[in-house]
Amino acid sequence: MAEREYAYFSGCSLEGTASEYDASVRAVLKELNVRFREPDDWSCCGSTPAHTVDHVFAAALAARNLRLIEKIGLDTVIAPCPACMTAFKKAQHSMTESEIFKNKVNELLDEPYNCGVESKSALQVLFEDVGLDAIAERVTHALPGLKVAPYYGCILNRPPEIAKFDDPENPISMDKVLMAAGVEVTNFAFKLECCGAAFGVAKREMVNQLTYKVLSMALDSGANCIAVACPLCQQNLDLRQEQVNKTMGSNLNIPILYFTQILGLVYGLPPREIGIDKLVVSADDIVYSRITVEEMRKRAELEAQAKAKKPEKKIAKEEVKTEENE
Amino acid sequence: MRVGVFICHCGSNIAGTIDVAKVAEETKKLPGVVYSTTYMYTCSEPGQEEIQKAIKTENLDRVVVAACSPRMHELTFRRTVAKAGLNRYFFEQANIREHISWIGTDKELNTNKAIEAVRMAVEKVKLNKPLFSSSFKINKRVLVIGGGVAGMQAALDCADGGLEVLLVEKSPSVGGMMSRLDKTFPTIDCSICILGPKMVDVAQHEKIKLYAYSEIDEIKGYVGNYQVKIRKKATYVDWNKCTGCGACMEKCPSKNSYDHFNFGIAPTRAINIPFPQAIPKKAKIDPEYCRQFTKGKCGVCAKICPTKAIDYEMQDEIVTEDVGAIIVATGYSLIDMEKLPEYGGGRYPDVISGIQYERLLNASGPTSGHIVRPSDNAEPKTVVFVACAGSRDKSIGIPYCSNFCCMYIAKQAILTKDHIPDSQSYVFYMDIRSPGKGYDEFTRRAQEEYGVKYIRGRVSRIYPKGNKMVVRGADTLLGTQVEVEADLVVLGTAVISNADAGHMAEKLHISYDTFGFYVEGHPKLRPVETNTSGVFLAGACQGPKDIPASVGQGSAAASKVQALFSKDMLESDPAVAKVNINACVGCLKCVGTCPFQAIKEKELRDGRIVADVIETVCAGCGVCTSTCPCGAIQLQHFTDNQILAEVNAICLK
Repeated sequence: MAEREYAYFSGCSLEGTASEYDASVRAVLKELNVRFREPDDWSCCGSTPAHTVDHVFAAALAARNLRLIEKIGLDTVIAPCPACMTAFKKAQHSMTESEIFKNKVNELLDEPYNCGVESKSALQVLFEDVGLDAIAERVTHALPGLKVAPYYGCILNRPPEIAKFDDPENPISMDKVLMAAGVEVTNFAFKLECCGAAFGVAKREMVNQLTYKVLSMALDSGANCIAVACPLCQQNLDLRQEQVNKTMGSNLNIPILYFTQILGLVYGLPPREIGIDKLVVSADDIVYSRITVEEMRKRAELEAQAKAKKPEKKIAKEEVKTEENE
Repeated sequence: MRVGVFICHCGSNIAGTIDVAKVAEETKKLPGVVYSTTYMYTCSEPGQEEIQKAIKTENLDRVVVAACSPRMHELTFRRTVAKAGLNRYFFEQANIREHISWIGTDKELNTNKAIEAVRMAVEKVKLNKPLFSSSFKINKRVLVIGGGVAGMQAALDCADGGLEVLLVEKSPSVGGMMSRLDKTFPTIDCSICILGPKMVDVAQHEKIKLYAYSEIDEIKGYVGNYQVKIRKKATYVDWNKCTGCGACMEKCPSKNSYDHFNFGIAPTRAINIPFPQAIPKKAKIDPEYCRQFTKGKCGVCAKICPTKAIDYEMQDEIVTEDVGAIIVATGYSLIDMEKLPEYGGGRYPDVISGIQYERLLNASGPTSGHIVRPSDNAEPKTVVFVACAGSRDKSIGIPYCSNFCCMYIAKQAILTKDHIPDSQSYVFYMDIRSPGKGYDEFTRRAQEEYGVKYIRGRVSRIYPKGNKMVVRGADTLLGTQVEVEADLVVLGTAVISNADAGHMAEKLHISYDTFGFYVEGHPKLRPVETNTSGVFLAGACQGPKDIPASVGQGSAAASKVQALFSKDMLESDPAVAKVNINACVGCLKCVGTCPFQAIKEKELRDGRIVADVIETVCAGCGVCTSTCPCGAIQLQHFTDNQILAEVNAICLK
């Protein structure tokens, strides 16, 4: 990985409400020896407000940033926020597909963009470029008792022709990344369910209902924590959890961590450095449960010894069974 | 040379966007053309008489008709000129309908283009040579590929007509998809009860030779004279000794083999007889599960077999057979549920496919006809059916309708109520397609008499909640989202072509469409023929179809074979490649390039080696003519000179 260098585009959310996502992504990339540089003078990615009004304008906002990256000689950008990433991928897709569209966009820019930058989410870079082996190799700590429901949100892997990453209906990359890091994940059916997105302002009750569904399904799947990869998902699930409890009469208290924060914890990083203290629903219990891999191994050995003391007859029986069921 | 040109109006098909009178007038000016006229419908009887009359009165020796595609009427007009005494190859057809009038709207441009098309045809016809067919003997045996209901019907009809039939079936038993079904719509007849007698007839008919568990390796030859290599796959059981007692299956210790017959709804043994009514009722070993093969030791079946039929050393055997015609009835497959991840089939045990449900309903199925959920063997009280699971979905490359899912879903919903009276079924559908005889009444019965709740809308997601499966979808009539908590979900999975359909088509030299279904000779008028003479289609290999349609096509294909075999000799098409031995240098590049193995090397009396075309095998594709470095091999009726004359006619003004 050392020879390759990425561009890094934090975007507006990661400067504000999702600063812990920014901190944890940077920390984890550093731990995994992924080199990256930020372009100077970056601006709005062109997401929601722009693309609801004008596609060419939205693409131009995205392309301005991509041009800055192209100019500093980099060909891949890590955009941890899915909205930024989608805005970039969409602009790239439309501009490479149609020469006419490309010209329209470039007319709005001071310097024309030559379509030489590929955009990837932090998850995509970890899953495709860094690889599961390298992710597993760096693990120093374990989080016993933690059961994570991986929550992808709506646009990390969709629409398929633009995202070109993972399965659009049943994604597994985050599951695999967390499992590689030694974290237990649950079989979560609402990986892609709507979090309510930006409707929290206009239709709060509706968003509360949607969020409630996601949270309670995570509990039903046996999880005690949800991993996310999007600032908006995180906000709706974490910040609004109190609201959900009030609206729905529930008593939910489930920490919502960025998947990079979980990786930070198993890499032994200080909780403050990866912004655990920024979460609304406290993840302190998870932090306190953290032990080293060495301790974990000792625990497992003790458990195995305790098991070995059980009557031998039963074990013999089990062996016969497996033979039969083969 | 006296060329006559006949411009067809084709009603308004041609005359609507082409000034046919002007085309006739311009054509008259061409050198060699002595007569030019227009006619309303040239292909009609008076139209043809007009041509014959002109040949006599104007003393024509070449005829050009400017009309539709030669695929439509070339044969018609060749017959017309032949009846008037000309060689049938002294005729050319200019396609001014499909190529011009149907595709262009500008009348002036169309007219100019039509004039050019006619000029090309005139220049070519002037170089045409008289050609004569030769006749050859035919082998009156027929090969039927596929032993499903369509193939069996075709085989039985041919055999009853006195023809010798070879029936090759890929799986260990004949019966195909129909043998897996519990009941058939709309009569609720027991499927195996009506199919079983046919299967027995196939096995016992003295004119039918059955190759079960066999595949086609290679097909060579041409209509009337095919050589077919059949691979009899190793069953590891000597079928001459096997009595089908089933003792081996009972004792086999490998109990988790994938059951192809039951579509994996329950496991089977590594040595198995697919189902009780199997024909032939013989055992075979699946080596990927058999311990003798995977672990090198076991041998239980060999010990238990009362007739000592087990042979672990058995190898595939290749048999060569000669036949004169081939009926392709290779059937269909179903889309893998994992291609529809939003429904969770394959991940969630209680989401199953329609054909799997069929096996659960069936008395000879793995549950003896008791409907139970695969996850916990509980009886489901709420069953949801999802129609169009994959069908009519462009995003996964299946834009077509699978034809019979609406009907079997109605049937399965009715049967569910019969089996479990206190159950409730739901059907999510896009629209109900039930155009067959008695079909619409049947779906109405499901709703009105059996209380099946039909919800118009698509399902967006299926997910587990406790021990239920929640089916979430839209109700587009109410304009709302609905969620049904189901015990069992059945997906009406899309019909697709077999994975090896393309390979098979290439062996047969027939065409197949984007989806792997075989292409019929004409969508309306030649539904069981292919564009390769001697090869016919029956059943769902041509496109999704239900049992009556498959049986109908099976019979139709059989009658086509009998019509073909009613002659003792066939006439060959003289428009084939021909070698000019004076120009041939004997490089034999053409031998390697011919896709039909129609070119052999020949030694002349002076010892010189030249290429030689076997006239009856040559399909007239012309690949050899473009390969030949010295232009020695020429396709008759499409020689270099004839094609260049056409090119010149449009390039030189």
